[in-house]
Amino acid sequence: MNIFKYFGEIFGAIKSLWAGMRVTGYYFIHPGQIVTQKYPENRKTLKMTERFKGEVIMMHDENNQHACTGCGICELNCPNGSIEIITDKITNEAGKSIKIIDKHIYHLSMCTFCELCIKTCPSDAIGWGQEYEHAVFDRHKLTKVLNHPGSSLRKKPSKEPNQE
Amino acid sequence: MDFNIYDFTSFTKWVDNALNSSMSPLLAIIIELIIIGLVFLLFYAIVGLLLVYAERKVCAVIQNRYGPNRVGPFGIFQTIADLIKLLMKELINIKHADNFLFNLAPFIVIIASFMAIAALPFAKGLQAIDFNIGIFYLFAVSSLGVIGILLAGWSSNSKYSLIGAIRSGAQVISYELSVGLSLLAIVVFAGTMQLSGIIESQADGWWIIKGHFPALVAFVIFLIASTAETNRGPFDLAEAESELTAGFHTEYSGIKFAFFFLAEYMNMFIVASIAATMFLGGWMPFHIAGWDGMNAIMDYVPPIVWFFGKTIFVILMMMWFKWTFPRLRIDQLLNLEWKYLLPLNLMNIVLVAFIVLMGWYIK
Repeated sequence: MNIFKYFGEIFGAIKSLWAGMRVTGYYFIHPGQIVTQKYPENRKTLKMTERFKGEVIMMHDENNQHACTGCGICELNCPNGSIEIITDKITNEAGKSIKIIDKHIYHLSMCTFCELCIKTCPSDAIGWGQEYEHAVFDRHKLTKVLNHPGSSLRKKPSKEPNQE
Repeated sequence: MDFNIYDFTSFTKWVDNALNSSMSPLLAIIIELIIIGLVFLLFYAIVGLLLVYAERKVCAVIQNRYGPNRVGPFGIFQTIADLIKLLMKELINIKHADNFLFNLAPFIVIIASFMAIAALPFAKGLQAIDFNIGIFYLFAVSSLGVIGILLAGWSSNSKYSLIGAIRSGAQVISYELSVGLSLLAIVVFAGTMQLSGIIESQADGWWIIKGHFPALVAFVIFLIASTAETNRGPFDLAEAESELTAGFHTEYSGIKFAFFFLAEYMNMFIVASIAATMFLGGWMPFHIAGWDGMNAIMDYVPPIVWFFGKTIFVILMMMWFKWTFPRLRIDQLLNLEWKYLLPLNLMNIVLVAFIVLMGWYIK
């Protein structure tokens, strides 16, 4: 073994170890860089990130309207049966009998947050909510109806012929 | 009673005389031993608790976390709560374990560290026993703890424990060499193995300054090797959580586990105080030969503060290593010792002997 290579290795090792120790040493003398938060104290100001998967919700606009057509694709795609779709039939203005959503039932207790329902929804009716405090004393409270009472299907904007 | 924070010799003499004048010498010796034992027991518990808290706080800040912050202000009572929890836990009896050795192992580990404290000089005159081969005694008893670790691994009838213990054995046998040789550099400088003599020799400057380059090399090697000897990260192969669940103390619970835990932190304190005593002057204040004004100012700080300040400094260094570097593999560990630390150490010893012979160190 070359003696210069041997000492070169030792100095290289010291240099690289010192590079790591400088980073941790910097954090040690700068306690202001702490990124964790004290949770129950900061409940008022705590804002979850956009990508946080809290629970599945159905988006409603200000007229209490949603985009869910009751097609049942989310129910089919759910790997563990967390979603049940109960549909209803009504007659529309044209006198045709159509299928609408009656209850979009979501079992939070069974959900694994895999996002398959949200990815496959053809009308982007469901998405992630930011709620994270899900602890309850009765597990039946974890079964939720996602469409709000009295809500209705949003009318699709009629295709304008001059759009394209 | 003449209590002097700068020199405990008169205080200990006064206690000795008071005891001897009121009872027979044998009884006086026994009572003195009991007092010293109780003081060390209390010291052991307090240092253990403080070090566990300090380690958790230091590691948290290094990792940009808060660390314990719920029990008491800044979580200072966290370790006491942990201790109460450990005391109330069930002691589980392992089937097909060698019960006698299983119960003996934690005591061997803890007794080894107790024996080491006895020779530590905390301040002038505050040393339980001042051997003329003090430093030799220190690294002899501080490596006894591995017997307890080997026994724990062997007797608990678990493959994780056994692998952890065998690793620990290989590690301590290898790194003991480096610890001994790096301390030998200072013994050559000081010309004595007596701890009080080594400290007296640093009255005009600590060996890490007086011994310049070789002393610095010896100090770095001692830090690495002693971290390995106390089974701390990045050399904590003996417990390697990710591979061996908890290594040699996998099967221990409750207070027996607490003994291992406490002994680990106490060993860290002991090696840190050895490093402080040998390289950084122990309780000796910071002196530079000739600068009498500054030396006089430094003398105002009590020796016990100097000792604990230096020890805490070394402990912080060891924590800094632990929370920076990832754990070594067993082959890397042995490579580091036998291929790098040991040859460097031997070269360093030759260099130190040459320097002392020529008188090239700062006098």
